[in-house]
Amino acid sequence: MTLTVDGVFKRFGRYPALTGVSLEARDGEFLTLLGPSGSGKTTLLRVLAGLDKPDQGRVFLDGTDFLALSARERRVGLVFQQYALFRHMTVARNIAFGLEVRPTRARPSRAAIRARVEELLALARIEGLGGRYPAQLSGGQRQRVAVARALAVEPRLLLLDEPFGALDTKVRKELRGELRRIHDATGVTTILVTHDQEEAMALADRVVLMNQGRIEQIGAPHELDAAPASPFVFEFLGECNRLPCELAGGVARFEGFAAPALGDANLAGQGVALFRPSDARLDAGVNGDGLPVRVIAVHGRGAVRAVECQALSGHRLTAELPDHLAIRFEPGQRARLTARRVMVDITRGASSKIAMPTQARERA
Amino acid sequence: MIGALPRRPVSGSGPIILLTVALVWLALVIGAPMATVFAQAFAKGADAFLDAFKDPDAWAAIRLTLLMAAIAVPVNAAFGLAAAWSLAKFDFKGKSLLLTLIDLPLSMSPVVSGLVWVLLFGARGWFGPLLEAGGVKIVFAVPGIVLGTILVTVPLIARELIPLMAAQGTDEELAATTLGAGGWTVLRRVTLPNVRWALLHGVLLCNARAMGEFGAVSVLSGHIRGLTETLPLHVEAVYNEYDFVGAFACASLLAGLAIVTLVAKTALERAGRVAAIKGSAA
Repeated sequence: MTLTVDGVFKRFGRYPALTGVSLEARDGEFLTLLGPSGSGKTTLLRVLAGLDKPDQGRVFLDGTDFLALSARERRVGLVFQQYALFRHMTVARNIAFGLEVRPTRARPSRAAIRARVEELLALARIEGLGGRYPAQLSGGQRQRVAVARALAVEPRLLLLDEPFGALDTKVRKELRGELRRIHDATGVTTILVTHDQEEAMALADRVVLMNQGRIEQIGAPHELDAAPASPFVFEFLGECNRLPCELAGGVARFEGFAAPALGDANLAGQGVALFRPSDARLDAGVNGDGLPVRVIAVHGRGAVRAVECQALSGHRLTAELPDHLAIRFEPGQRARLTARRVMVDITRGASSKIAMPTQARERA
Repeated sequence: MIGALPRRPVSGSGPIILLTVALVWLALVIGAPMATVFAQAFAKGADAFLDAFKDPDAWAAIRLTLLMAAIAVPVNAAFGLAAAWSLAKFDFKGKSLLLTLIDLPLSMSPVVSGLVWVLLFGARGWFGPLLEAGGVKIVFAVPGIVLGTILVTVPLIARELIPLMAAQGTDEELAATTLGAGGWTVLRRVTLPNVRWALLHGVLLCNARAMGEFGAVSVLSGHIRGLTETLPLHVEAVYNEYDFVGAFACASLLAGLAIVTLVAKTALERAGRVAAIKGSAA
């Protein structure tokens, strides 16, 4: 089923939640809607499910006008953030619900419903839990039930609203793989909302990165990594160092070195360069290319370590180095820092305040 | 869940003193009067007790009380569900006003709840002449008694449902809708089962209050023996005629109703807790 969203606007009172969103999900595709809270991703999901009506715009599924259908008629599988399992029904009754409430003509026989429930319990790998109540399940099991219940009606579209939000990290990673497996087994076009960039990048065929009710970029995870459309995209997708620079001709110039800049080569002016700690390089000594810095601390253990430095200007910068290089640096030592590639935000100007590297996820 | 915390065993003299004071006080103000009701009812033996119910007026009072409860309780259950649903699941202007209005009968003397109907439908009330012309009698007749009782018991069911429904939110209903369920199916298969214990609890309380209501009914009844007297009014009337056994025999019925209600309420709460362990998704 191909989903087409065309110029959708939605406003809550004076707050614009969606301002002209257009996208297309191909048949069988797994899309993630990624963005900070308030970016409009959940609103878009609710519009697709029929729980919110857009003020403007069109939504089509395989050519049929989706907005003309009520939530009840759309046959969309929706997995809620807190799963919204029917608390007074067993797992099996929960899964069977969508089939049991069909009008008599369209309702499968009891035996067929039972068989379908067994099939879904097996698909979600929760065989044997059919007789339990939701309160007797772990968070991970509840999520599996919610997915199975949504799939029972053979939805034309599977929508998931932050389905991993309530789970701890280990279960989350395991279920991520499970969800992808279920998607690949059923082939249902799937749209998942998340604010976790790692999750979005790991799961999706394509990521839809949203900000302030707009789509910033749509692309495969590697495309977003290689060619971010805006500094926002670059910043949201990973940890960043920030350093003032002069941009011209696709090259960012810093004190002591220059680096290729991602994005529009025609942009020029003063700005703030963003670059990943993993794209930073550190050389010992004071002679040669590079921004003179002093090592403050070496963090972490294992194959990659973070070396924290401070420039003479006061800017704090982090370089991630393989441990055999990182062990050459000690706090107090002088070094030279360069970057392999940067993204320049010229809207911020060069006068921006000294900023600490932050994790994009913490802001989200 | 706070209720799941282990209770501390009673130890030290402080709790024991408090406990004693509470028990003695309860025995004095509740236990003794209850005992008196039954003692008086049976003061002249079981035969005299049964004789009290040979009075056709007593039977009429019992029948009227049952009829009134049979109307007031379902009406308030329907209203309570509708009000709780709209208050708990939707945001709209005037929401807090509606909440306050539902509570009003609790903070108002039942006599006032009765008087307002007299002012509206009485012979000199706003709609009095109109009703008289149409030959409809509300005040000093059964419809008035029912209206007064409904007004007094309005909050009892709604109050039970509102906090529970608000806590449960609307996600389950929305989930049911996206799975293809229509409005009635959602109500019957999702919403009602989720509040069934609270609803039953509210119905019990409402029923007990409806059958025992005195103030509002007293204003509206007109005290016509055998026609517009409910059980509580009958008790008063008989008592005023110095028929103590008759009065206390009927009173013991009301007291028995209270005891049955309490036992049923406790049983329901226990059943609700078991259901909560099985059913309440976090």
